[in-house]
Amino acid sequence: MAEFQPTLLWAIALLPLLGFVVNGIAAFVAPDRKSIPTVVGPATVGMAFLIAAVNFIGMRGADLHGPVIETYWQWIAVGGLRIDAAFQLDNLSMLMTLIITGVGFLIHVFSVGYMREDPGYARYFAYLNLFVFFMLVLVLGSSFPVMFVGWEGVGLCSYLLIGFWFTDRAKADAGKKAFIVNRIGDFGFLVAMFMLYSNAGSLDFVNVFEQAPATFAYGGAAVTAITLFLFLGAVGKSAQIPLYTWLPDAMAGPTPVSALIHAATMVTGGVYLVARAGVLFSLAPISAAVVTGVGALTALFAATIGLAQYDIKKVLAYSTVSQLGYMFIGVGVGAYAAGVFHLMTHAFFKALLFLGSGAVIHAMHEAFHHTHSDRDAQDMRNMGGLRRFMPITWATMWIGTLAIAGVWPFAGFFSKDEIIWQVGAHAVGPFAGWYRTFWVMALAAALMTAFYMTRLMVMTFHGENRSGEKERQHLHEVSPVMWVPLAVLAMLSVVGGWINVPAAIGNAPVLGWLPHSEWLHEWLHPVTEAADGVAAANAAAPLHSAPFGGGEVLWAVLSFGLAVTMIALASAVIGGRRYRPAEESPPPRGFMGVLYNAWYVDGIYDTAIVKPILAVSRGLARFVDTFLIDGIVNGVGQASRAFGWVGSRLQTGQVNSYAFALVAGVLILIALVVLQ
Amino acid sequence: MIGLLQSIGYPDWVLNALLLVPVIGMAALLAGVGGRPRTVALVIAVAELAISLPLWFAFNPAAAGMQFAAEFAWIPEWGIHYRVGMDGISLMLVLLTTAILPIALLGSYNYITNRERTFYAMMLLLEAGIIGVFVAMDLFLFFMFWEIMLVPMYFIIGIWGGQRRIYAAIKFFLYTAFGSLLMLVGILYLFFKYRALTGDLSFAYADLLQVPLTFGEQYWLFGAFALAFAIKVPIFPFHTWLPDAHVEAPTPGSVVLAAVLLKMGAYGFLRFLLPFFPHAATHPTIVMTMLVLGLIGIIYAAWVAAVQPDAKKLIAYTSVAHMGFVVLGVFALTVRGLQGAMVVMLSHGLSTGALFLLLGMLYERRHTRLIADFGGLATVAPMFGAAFVFTALASIGLPGTSGFVGEFLALLGTFETHPWVAIIGTTGVIFAAYYMLPMVQRIWFNSLDNPANRDLPDLSRRELAVLAPLIAGMLWLGLYPKPVLERMEPTLSALVRTVEQRSGPALSFEIEIADPIDTPAVEGRAGGGQP
Repeated sequence: MAEFQPTLLWAIALLPLLGFVVNGIAAFVAPDRKSIPTVVGPATVGMAFLIAAVNFIGMRGADLHGPVIETYWQWIAVGGLRIDAAFQLDNLSMLMTLIITGVGFLIHVFSVGYMREDPGYARYFAYLNLFVFFMLVLVLGSSFPVMFVGWEGVGLCSYLLIGFWFTDRAKADAGKKAFIVNRIGDFGFLVAMFMLYSNAGSLDFVNVFEQAPATFAYGGAAVTAITLFLFLGAVGKSAQIPLYTWLPDAMAGPTPVSALIHAATMVTGGVYLVARAGVLFSLAPISAAVVTGVGALTALFAATIGLAQYDIKKVLAYSTVSQLGYMFIGVGVGAYAAGVFHLMTHAFFKALLFLGSGAVIHAMHEAFHHTHSDRDAQDMRNMGGLRRFMPITWATMWIGTLAIAGVWPFAGFFSKDEIIWQVGAHAVGPFAGWYRTFWVMALAAALMTAFYMTRLMVMTFHGENRSGEKERQHLHEVSPVMWVPLAVLAMLSVVGGWINVPAAIGNAPVLGWLPHSEWLHEWLHPVTEAADGVAAANAAAPLHSAPFGGGEVLWAVLSFGLAVTMIALASAVIGGRRYRPAEESPPPRGFMGVLYNAWYVDGIYDTAIVKPILAVSRGLARFVDTFLIDGIVNGVGQASRAFGWVGSRLQTGQVNSYAFALVAGVLILIALVVLQ
Repeated sequence: MIGLLQSIGYPDWVLNALLLVPVIGMAALLAGVGGRPRTVALVIAVAELAISLPLWFAFNPAAAGMQFAAEFAWIPEWGIHYRVGMDGISLMLVLLTTAILPIALLGSYNYITNRERTFYAMMLLLEAGIIGVFVAMDLFLFFMFWEIMLVPMYFIIGIWGGQRRIYAAIKFFLYTAFGSLLMLVGILYLFFKYRALTGDLSFAYADLLQVPLTFGEQYWLFGAFALAFAIKVPIFPFHTWLPDAHVEAPTPGSVVLAAVLLKMGAYGFLRFLLPFFPHAATHPTIVMTMLVLGLIGIIYAAWVAAVQPDAKKLIAYTSVAHMGFVVLGVFALTVRGLQGAMVVMLSHGLSTGALFLLLGMLYERRHTRLIADFGGLATVAPMFGAAFVFTALASIGLPGTSGFVGEFLALLGTFETHPWVAIIGTTGVIFAAYYMLPMVQRIWFNSLDNPANRDLPDLSRRELAVLAPLIAGMLWLGLYPKPVLERMEPTLSALVRTVEQRSGPALSFEIEIADPIDTPAVEGRAGGGQP
């Protein structure tokens, strides 16, 4: 097979950066000339996708075992430390690049319609392009520090885009919260890098991962600490317990931003990090169990909150937190391909669902705008029956719902099912009991997913319309520039799962109708094989049955059946309920109130962490700095004022001569000492 | 390039010229040379920058020792000579100084309205004093520059400052003069000890470096020098002069104070404290004390900064936090830590200098520094807002900017020798966001509800021209710090080696370390005599 050489790898990242520069200049120079960002914004990302596709085709035809590294310049070189500004193209970063530029392009196109009327149009595309650039640096970087540049860079763009409408204080607050909470994770990332460097003597992926099995003892303290700190970084970026609270607030940003950054790409950065550092996590079984446990807990916890939200974007936000939990379950049990698989399918169907909700909000907003109503355009209690007005959005969003709920043969069925199967199969070894619990949690969360998503669809699109008489006249389907991306993503949400049909299912009757390839599994094999090797050598082999019996096919059929049951149940329950517009509804009470208020976690954090830190800060400023230290300093000053000539000079106010006098005094002192 | 420079004798006269040109400028201003004083000062500062820039090329990056050395007898009876030289550390700090000065002057071109002539004369004297501190290779000369620099700064705060300028100026002077006196005692002690040993009189850096010191002497002298430098850095709890000085100082004073003056303390650590008193500087208790003070600086100053209602005071406290990273990097005593400390200093010079300029520009427009008086400014002054947000993010160490490279290396270097200290210090990245982002939001974001802000003009061309090089510098140092790092590397590696060698068990007069097996205490005391 041919030797693989990347084509214009640098240009994939540079094009969006160029877009940022052009749109950024346009934002200052000609903010009203919308034609520039309309072309430059999507085109740079689209071209990046095409180049990525060319590389992908080249890689498929080549025999590629190790990563291809392109070094651009020496970034930091001190002592033995050497960090290059370099990109690494391998099967994993290739896949991520395709997702980022592909889904990113669709969302850029959608944004042309969604943001058309916004005065900050050019600024929006500048930020969005910059985001794509940093996201590509994140996945293409060939070392932890270069990845960290992308890591904090996407955080910056997230900050800027959440607070895009910054004159609204709540939105600006949400951006700030996202940045600060993410920095807690970044703290972990940094400490992990310091530990890695002092243990492995390098921060390049290739060096670290190649020598990791020799450097670190299996289950040793060093590798456990490193992976736990890395995971802290992942928890921040990927909104897992306990650092997930920024993501629901991040919905303050424009909806396409939620689709791109807070669903399809940036928030999956933590999953990518764990998959990338798979060798290290495979060497640290405790950390791997922590990853799985946090993932399972988050998947379940966020799903419960999703059951009770009325804001359409909040439902999707908690759903994202929950689905990210699944991805961590996947990479936590060492099924890196499964985790990345779900990352990919989730990018399709969650981007679709977010853009669909964006289309709904756009339509609702326009209708309310026409009638000068200040009602909430995002509250599902103000919607209902939108199917009539927005049939394309309705149909595509149902596809997304079926995909996320895990209905065969939609994409989510294959990816989520594999994760649930894998966590069950890993209920062996020292943490078997824990893994069995995680398996149950993952199953329970899957049922809730089907329920809250159906609830969202029914409340939004079915039943009676609750938007109001006059408003109804203005409700209509969105323009093609917005629904075409929805259609493309819907198609991907159907077929996206077929690239990795597990052999067991592929060989089963009926289910086997699909092309049964474990293509993605094989594609990622060069990246995951080192981690697989470590696991095979040290950990117990996975089981061939679920914790309470049953094989892969049986459980696939069972979970399919359960998903369909939950959808039917939710349709019946929610469809039978009569909702009143948000303004007329009392706040939810009882247990639903607890869920609606997200278990009051934000309030608890505020009381237990944020307010005490502020109070201590004020105390330090007033007491220690002003009273204590300055008190002493001023006291000394006062005392000296009472004595000697220094004081007399001060009191006569001749401050100017005082300075010279002191220097002169010093010189006289020297003279006296020298001439003694 | 190098050939051309050598043909005009550049390496021989460059340092003399750098010290002389500002003094000539000052004299010209005071003598009443025509033209507006600010123009004269700017021309001089630009000329100074032009003279200093070829240093970058003429400097031999492979050499660790002093370059561009010059010397002549000044008061030979007392062994005082004019001795100057430049190594990798001095090079960067001198270039930072010559680059910041014209920017500070132009950035506050309309700020000073009374007694212009004196003000600009003081600024030029300040520049000469600072450069002198960074290039002096004679301890008497060093001390003189150290003191000279105090005088113009004192006047700049005391005459052209805000409402509490007298208090701030005296506080600044008392704090610093107190430290200097202790340092002077230390210098004289070294001088007399050298005379006692050799019979010669010398204040030369190279000579006094050779003075063998017992452990006891090292600890006392370390204390004297360390206090002088710690006040200047400043290190907690000697920092309270800084917020007052910054708040009261006029913009150009604040810029120079933050960008360059604070670096003199850390420079003293590197130039004197570590090589002169290696035993003390490597003593575990002392090192841990310094590291803990650095940590307190990072976290305590960040927390105190977060609740300041005055934006300028807030930024002043962040300087203390930044300098905490410098302290960590220095006392980690690793090449990476020292490089990190240096980059933090340079980065802080650019980003905090820029922040003070930006706040000064805001003050010129609105005559207030209170954060609560602002809000939503980005709607009326988007370019101003963009420059501010970028600078603020560079200041809190966003990767790709200079702040990250510095903090990353300083913490990495610290982790090698003191992992727990580094881990606690890394929490500084969280608290940096905690103090910076709320301030940014309350000034630039939120709704524009104060009518006084409605017609706030965006940046002028002059202001853009002033900020552009600083922003470019932050990006350059963040993306391609290699040329800077490689010019400092030999100096800093040599410094680490010197400290390691000299903190060996014993010191003899010729630095030929007697025998590592000898018991330290006995040998240390015996080292007082001739070998």
